[in-house]
Parts: sequence; C-alpha cells; structure tokens
Amino acid sequence: MARPAIRVENLGKRYRIGVEEEQHETLLGAMGSWFTAPISNYRRLRDLSHFEDDENRDDVLWALRDVSFEIHPGEVVGFIGRNGAGKSTLLKLLSRIAYPTTGHIELVGRVSSLLEVGTGFHQELTGRENVFLNGTILGMTKAEVASKFDEIVEFSGVGKFIDTPVKRYSSGMKVRLGFAVAAHLEPDILIVDEVLAVGDIAFKKKCLGKMDEVSKSGRTVLYVSHEMSTVTNLCQRAYVLSGGQIVHQGPVQEAVEWYLDDMEVLDRDNLRLDEVDENERGGDGRLRFTSAYLVDRRGRHTHAPTAGEPVEVVLEYEAQEDLPRVMFWLRIDNHLNVPVSVLHMRSHETYYDIQKGTGRVRCRIPNLPLPNGAYQIKIKAKDYVQGHMLDALESALEFEVSASTFFGSDYTPDINHSTVLMEHGWTHEEHIDASVSPS
Amino acid sequence: MQAEQREATATVLPSANGHASSPEARRLVRIEPPTGWQFVNWREVLEYKDLLQTQVHRGVTVAYKQTVLGFGWAIIGPVFSMIVFTVIFGNLANVPSDGVPYALFSYTALLPWQYFSGALSGTTNSLVSNRNIFTKVYFPRLILPLVPLGTGLVGFGISFGVLVVLMIWYAVVPTVWVVFLPVLIFILMLTALGSGLWLSSLALQYRDVGRIVGMASRLLMYAAPVVWPVSLIAEKLPEHYETIRIFYGLYPMAGVIEGFRAALLGTVPMPWDLIGMGTITALVLTITGAFYFRRTEHLFADVA
Repeated sequence: MARPAIRVENLGKRYRIGVEEEQHETLLGAMGSWFTAPISNYRRLRDLSHFEDDENRDDVLWALRDVSFEIHPGEVVGFIGRNGAGKSTLLKLLSRIAYPTTGHIELVGRVSSLLEVGTGFHQELTGRENVFLNGTILGMTKAEVASKFDEIVEFSGVGKFIDTPVKRYSSGMKVRLGFAVAAHLEPDILIVDEVLAVGDIAFKKKCLGKMDEVSKSGRTVLYVSHEMSTVTNLCQRAYVLSGGQIVHQGPVQEAVEWYLDDMEVLDRDNLRLDEVDENERGGDGRLRFTSAYLVDRRGRHTHAPTAGEPVEVVLEYEAQEDLPRVMFWLRIDNHLNVPVSVLHMRSHETYYDIQKGTGRVRCRIPNLPLPNGAYQIKIKAKDYVQGHMLDALESALEFEVSASTFFGSDYTPDINHSTVLMEHGWTHEEHIDASVSPS
Repeated sequence: MQAEQREATATVLPSANGHASSPEARRLVRIEPPTGWQFVNWREVLEYKDLLQTQVHRGVTVAYKQTVLGFGWAIIGPVFSMIVFTVIFGNLANVPSDGVPYALFSYTALLPWQYFSGALSGTTNSLVSNRNIFTKVYFPRLILPLVPLGTGLVGFGISFGVLVVLMIWYAVVPTVWVVFLPVLIFILMLTALGSGLWLSSLALQYRDVGRIVGMASRLLMYAAPVVWPVSLIAEKLPEHYETIRIFYGLYPMAGVIEGFRAALLGTVPMPWDLIGMGTITALVLTITGAFYFRRTEHLFADVA
C-alpha cells in the first residue's frame, strides 16, 4: 500500500485559558491591585506560553487529545463537529500555524491550507499586486504566479478591475480573487476550512467544482465544515470530532448521520436552561425556563429540522407560585441576527393559567418555512396580570436547517437570497384579451 | 535518521532518493512538539525569498501611496530634523561639529539613524501588525522582521541622494574610506535585525514592548553621536576617555555614525575601535536573537 499522504499520531494540543479575574470589594483593594497589576499581568501573559508540569491545572484546556488518523493520496475527507470540538485546532496544526503539544504529523508533498481566502490582501494595492502578494504568502514563487496570472484573473471574473485598488472591490469580488489565487496553487494536499460558506451560489458551485477537480487529479483534500450538505457532496469519508477527540469515522453519509444523532443525545443532556446564569436572563424569576428543544415529525429531539416539515418548539419551566394569565412567546433570529419571526400567544389572544410547579409548553409550526442556515431562538414569559416579565433568555436554543422538502422539489432558495420560504403558486395565460382581463 | 527526525521540528526533509519529480520523492514534512534551542533555518527562508520581495514591495508602495508628496517624504523627514538640530544644537547650543558645517555634520548622522529607528520600530511591530497573516498561513516567520530592513533601504537611498547634493553644495570631498560604507550599512542592518529578532517576539507576547521601544528610540538617539561628536567626550572627560570610548563602542550606532562621518566627511580618522566593538554587539544580538526567535516561534499563533 502506498504511503499515506497525511499520517497523524497521538496528536494533542494544550492551551492555557484565562483564569477568572479577581473582584475587589473596596476602593483600597482596587487601588492595591492597580499597583500589583503589572506583576499579575506579567504572570498571566507568561503563563500563556509557559507550562509547568502540573498539567491538570484547571486553567489548562486540551483542545485536541490523542488524535490519530491516516489519509491516503487522492482521498477527500471531511471533518465535522460542533464549535469547540477541536476542528480549527486540528486545521491549525496540519497547516503548521500552531505546534502540537504531543504526538506528530507527517505530510507528504506540498501542502496548502485555506483557512481564509485573500490572506494578506492590502486595501490600497491593486488586484494585480494583491495576486502576487497573496500568491507568495501561499508559497508560490513570483514566476509561478506570473505564469498562471491570466488563468487566475479569468477564473476570478474580476477582469478589467485587475488594476483597480482592492478597496474599490465589492466583498464578493475580493473573495473571488482570493479563491482564484488559491485554486491555482496545485498542492499535493489541500486543507480547506469553511471558506466556501461565503460568496454567491454560482461562485460556490465553481469552488466546489474546482475542489472536485483537485481531488480527481489524485490530490488529497481535507475539508472542514458545519454545512453537512457540502460535506456529503464533496467527501467520501468523514471523521467526527467531539471534545478534542475523534469519536467516529466512516463513509460520509454514515458519519453525518452519526453526528446528527449524537448532537441529539448531547442536547437532551446538555441544554439545561436552569443552569443559565441569573445575569444572563431577564424577568423576576417567579417562573424559570428549565429546558428548550425542538421535536421533529417523528417526535425525536432534533437540532437540524427539515424545512417544510412540522416541528415543535418545546419549553419546559418551573413556577415558584401560581401565576394566572401567563403569555409565552419566542423569536427566531437567523445567522445575521435578523429577526425572522415572532411566535406570540397574543396573536392567538390566549394565555395559560399556571400552577406552582413544573410544566411544558409546546409551540407547533406545521410547515417550517426557513431556508437552510443557522438560527437561534429567544424565549420569554410574561405575567399579564401584573405586567411583569417572568423570564427571558436571549439564546435559549440554536438549530440548523440543513434540508428542505418545503416545495417538494429539488430547488429551495438559499439563505443568501431569502429570509423565509413562502408558499406560492404560478399560473400562465396566453393571448390576453383586454376585454376579459380583470379591471 | 532517528536523531535527525527528533531535531526536525517541522522542518522539510528531502526524502532519500531525491528525484524531485517522482511522487516517491515528494518532500516529507514532519510536525512535532518543539524541542530545545535551534538556529534559524536559513535554507527555508531562501525558498521564500519571493515572499520577502513582494512584502518589501508592498511596504514601500503602501508607505507612499495616496500621499501628495510620495517619495518626497523620504527627503522631508531627515531634512526637517537636520534644520531643527542645526538651529538648536548648532547655532543656539554651539555643539561642536568637528570642523564641518553643522547641517552636514548632523545630516550625515541622521541618515543611518533614521534607517535604524525606522527599522527598529518596524521589526518590533512586524509580528503584531501581521498577526492576521501568520495565524492563517504557514511561512517562515523570520520573513516578517526582515521586511522593514528592506523597505527602509528605499528611504535610505533617497535620503542619501540629498546628502550627495549637500556635499556638493558645501564642497566636501569624501575620503577613500567611502568604499567601506557598504560594510557600515551591513553592520547597521545587522544591529536592527538583532534587536528586531528579540523585540518582535517579545512585543507579540507583551504588548508593552512596542511602547517601550517607541520611547527608548528617542533616548537612544541622544545616546548615539547624532547631534554631538564623540570627540566631545574627550573634551569633557579627558582622564577616562580611553575607557569610556571602548565601552561606548559597544553601542553599535556609535561606530556606524562616526564611521559614516569619517568616511564621507573626513572629520575624524576611521574609528576602527568603535566599529569593531559595535560589530561584536551586533553579531551577539543577531545570533542570540535568532535562537530566541526560533525558540519562541511555535508560540506565535497561540499568543497572537
């Protein structure tokens, strides 16, 4: 068997996280600390880079631990996991940006990593100058950039603006130019972060096509993403990362399903809203939300509901006393923090009389009208007798729509082009006769 | 092989049979936890010389872009300082100038000094100001502190042209030691590089360093013989002059500046003792700096 393109053994990365700041009760204490601050600041900054041997101190975080895998030339492999699972740390180590604490990596051939497009672009310089700047940062020689220059400009579609300062470009043009440079690197191993999440659909397709092409020519691609759909389209195999370790690996379809199931289990255990700090919630506390989650058509907890299918938002609470006339509402925000919709009991001119103790409220959405993307839900409860807010949580629940059956067809508009999905119909008439048209 | 690999923290090992074109001969990169002290991998820096070149080009272009005067600023800076110094130190304070017009005397010193102070602050901030680049892409980090040394040369060249005009104006003929000028410029660059290697890494870890260097730079100018001649020490402290001169030479800018004056204006004989001592400091700074830089390099992405 051929030598693997990437071999990783027992890889680990340790970070020191900031320790909580001390609080001062008195002015004197605060003044005292002002004088000792330089010493403690020095210790704190020094500790970021120096580790003593007591490696299990509570301010030490293992972002990756005992990660081992092998990837063979020509494979396209995905890495999936939640935020904080260790994906970006792994990328940084593979890209030689940060160094491991334990273990080692062996890479065969020329490696290019795309953690960002257009790294080192300078606003004041022209597109042409920036192509050379970016190309040499990515490890090309000037001669290599020059020989591919026309292709790069062609691919980017920037055309006649190539001698215009980049500051006059639209953000889309910058991204296209940046990706065009990266696409002409011809590495043996290509490491890609979620750079494809930017740009319009047509360009995204172009990028995916390019990556496909790269892998077909026998090169190795390592792709990290949140977007399950692109991972499934692009990769053959995938690894699931969680808590800095590889928890699952397999063919991409299976790995993605495993990951989604795993998220569901985690959510049931983890999303305990009663542990949310009092400072981060509003209201007087006579009622407290204890849990919030989504339930899909089959009654399963989900974090990835499908557009076009029914979904229920379930809110569990605990009331400290009897509360007549309580109204609940929730607001769905998209990834740009744009409020998509408010679901309010007032719209239904209804309220609940709540008795002391625990309870559960369900809000049913019969036909989820959201394009693919990430969302979060804010939840509130108000006592309409006294007019007091009971509880309010800014980010009670996050979810990601990753598939759609909304129109029952294979095209659903993208989040860049629509905020909500709207049911609609089309009709067509020919040979319009003015006398019978509605007036 | 085993020993070699242990040493090779993320270095590129050409594989055994060495045919660059065959897939078997593709280079193996091994990334490991950093161990011990290592010297800078100059071969790798050389492979990235095009990056250094484009970064220098970028530095020069950006510095003079969207200004009305453009490269004129490279002339105005030192000329303005020269005028201020000539009025204050030359005319009001009557600081001696070794027998040449004070304007020429101070401008000849300002030439290397402006390069040094520019390169010093440039290299010190080189990592901090480029952290958006090196936290995204791998390249030898040593490129970054080298860039200001290159960009500074452009301003230096332009200011040098002004000096030639001044010398013609004052009808001063350079000595034969003018051929030694490139060596002095090399010592000058080495001093800036050595300090920059230490300071850039420190400034990234402790941002205070950038501020300290800004203030210290002004102090260092008065410590250097920019507005006064070294012969002033002989005049004020004749009994300890020999001892003071030896120790003063450890400040590399003393030898460089007096050397510039000796070679171009012939005010004093070539100060070989100062130059020699300064070279020792510059070399020690650069060698230890290179080790320190390499030693701390692996932290850059973590602390940036």
